[in-house]
Amino acid sequence: MFEQMAKKPAVWLSGEGSDSQVVLSSRVRLARNIANSPFPSRADTERRERILSFVKNAVKKSADLSQGTFVNCSQLDDLDRSFLVERHLVSLEFTGLRDSSALLIEEKENVGVMINEEDHLRIQALASGLEIREAFQMADHIDDELSKSLEFAFDPTFGYLTACPTNTGTGMRASVLIHLPGLALTREIEKVISQISKLGLVVRGFYGEGSDVWGNLFQVSNQTTLGRSEEDIVESLERVTKQMIEYEENARKQLFGEAKDQIEDKIWRAYGILKHARTITSEEVLNMLSAVRLGIGMGVLERVSLSQVNEILALTQPAHLQKYFKKRMEPSERDQVRADLVRSKLGG
Amino acid sequence: MVCQDCGKREATVHLTQVINNKKVELKLCQECAEKRGFRNPLEGVPFPLAEFLASMLSQTQREKPSKEPEAVCSACGMSFSDFSKTGRLGCGNCYLTFRSQLNDLLRKVHGSTQHRGKFPHTTRDVMKPLWEETKLHEELRKAIQEEDFERAAQIRDRIKALAAKK
Repeated sequence: MFEQMAKKPAVWLSGEGSDSQVVLSSRVRLARNIANSPFPSRADTERRERILSFVKNAVKKSADLSQGTFVNCSQLDDLDRSFLVERHLVSLEFTGLRDSSALLIEEKENVGVMINEEDHLRIQALASGLEIREAFQMADHIDDELSKSLEFAFDPTFGYLTACPTNTGTGMRASVLIHLPGLALTREIEKVISQISKLGLVVRGFYGEGSDVWGNLFQVSNQTTLGRSEEDIVESLERVTKQMIEYEENARKQLFGEAKDQIEDKIWRAYGILKHARTITSEEVLNMLSAVRLGIGMGVLERVSLSQVNEILALTQPAHLQKYFKKRMEPSERDQVRADLVRSKLGG
Repeated sequence: MVCQDCGKREATVHLTQVINNKKVELKLCQECAEKRGFRNPLEGVPFPLAEFLASMLSQTQREKPSKEPEAVCSACGMSFSDFSKTGRLGCGNCYLTFRSQLNDLLRKVHGSTQHRGKFPHTTRDVMKPLWEETKLHEELRKAIQEEDFERAAQIRDRIKALAAKK
């Protein structure tokens, strides 16, 4: 399953959209539950199957959703599940589910609905670049379509009722995937994180001491879901992300002002490794791509495009690689095949 | 620097989490970081939710009074102590059953207890036919089990009639 999908990155990694030099993607998810039914963790197979059939019925009735494909959990092996996680279509929690859970995906993959994960429904929408509003509108539309035939668990005071109280209210989590090599290199990142955390946002990201182990990619999302409107959540995340972009741009300017030669060297070496390596881990690809992405942003590397970088980022992930080559591989074999794929994608 | 979880291996993963304006720094080795559920940032990072929620509950809420029987949700049978173990509620009705405890918790987590977002556009009873159908199917199964085929035939007709209305 999914071999065809693994040939190309999802549309939301196209490298298009606002500020896509720094912001890879925007995502919005809405948690919903069907009224008068126990949440998935408290429901037996029969009740979960019932929810699934209610959702299928609602999807069938919606002209906008009926083109999608239902993938049942029972059809998926462990590689399929890892692939969907890498694809950002399901959560890690979803990979542990066995029966009566499913995923609805649209052909373009920018919207998806997980059924019977932590909540009955997790509606998600993704957009390339800093396009939180666009992602929200897509998710909101699916919510409207589904609510034509489904009654959701809702309380006028508490809002949408969810299995975990951290999602109660709007049930909405909006996030951006942001690349901050400048702030990491100038070691300003901690300061920025502590500043924006005062605004009700969470930054998740981790990096090894003194290096950029995870490709300098950070996820920023709203922490609270109750007491503020969806519009408010979108606006504040957008405002803070723009602020972060500005900080990142200043850090890059500072780096190029003070250490231009070293930074350019770092960028070209990263490009060299990607272009010529014979074996490479996914972690090293992430780190090298971080430098290359910085190089594109600073106009140092003109021979590579953002969409190429995003394509390599997506396709070289472990499960993607195995789907791409249609066989299961041990890590050492993957590293070789990965290096081959990276070289071919860079035209060398 | 050694990992603050196992105290043995070198800490190679430095993690900063910000929860309610408080910065929590973790210095972990790869293995312990994975144990806590922190993986590749592209895979989305879950955080230990049940622990986090339990820490939000006040001492009195965690230590249930031993004499009085604990309130239980009439719809799904969940008790508040079940909830404080898992961090997950059982159904929408739990929000009514545990309203006062949840009110405190939600205020701590979100800084508010009043929804200000979207209201569902659903018309009430939109799912009534679906629930009726579900009920009929259950009755049908029971009738067949009891070998009451006359009743089964009647129920089947009602299901057909319902399907025709759709």
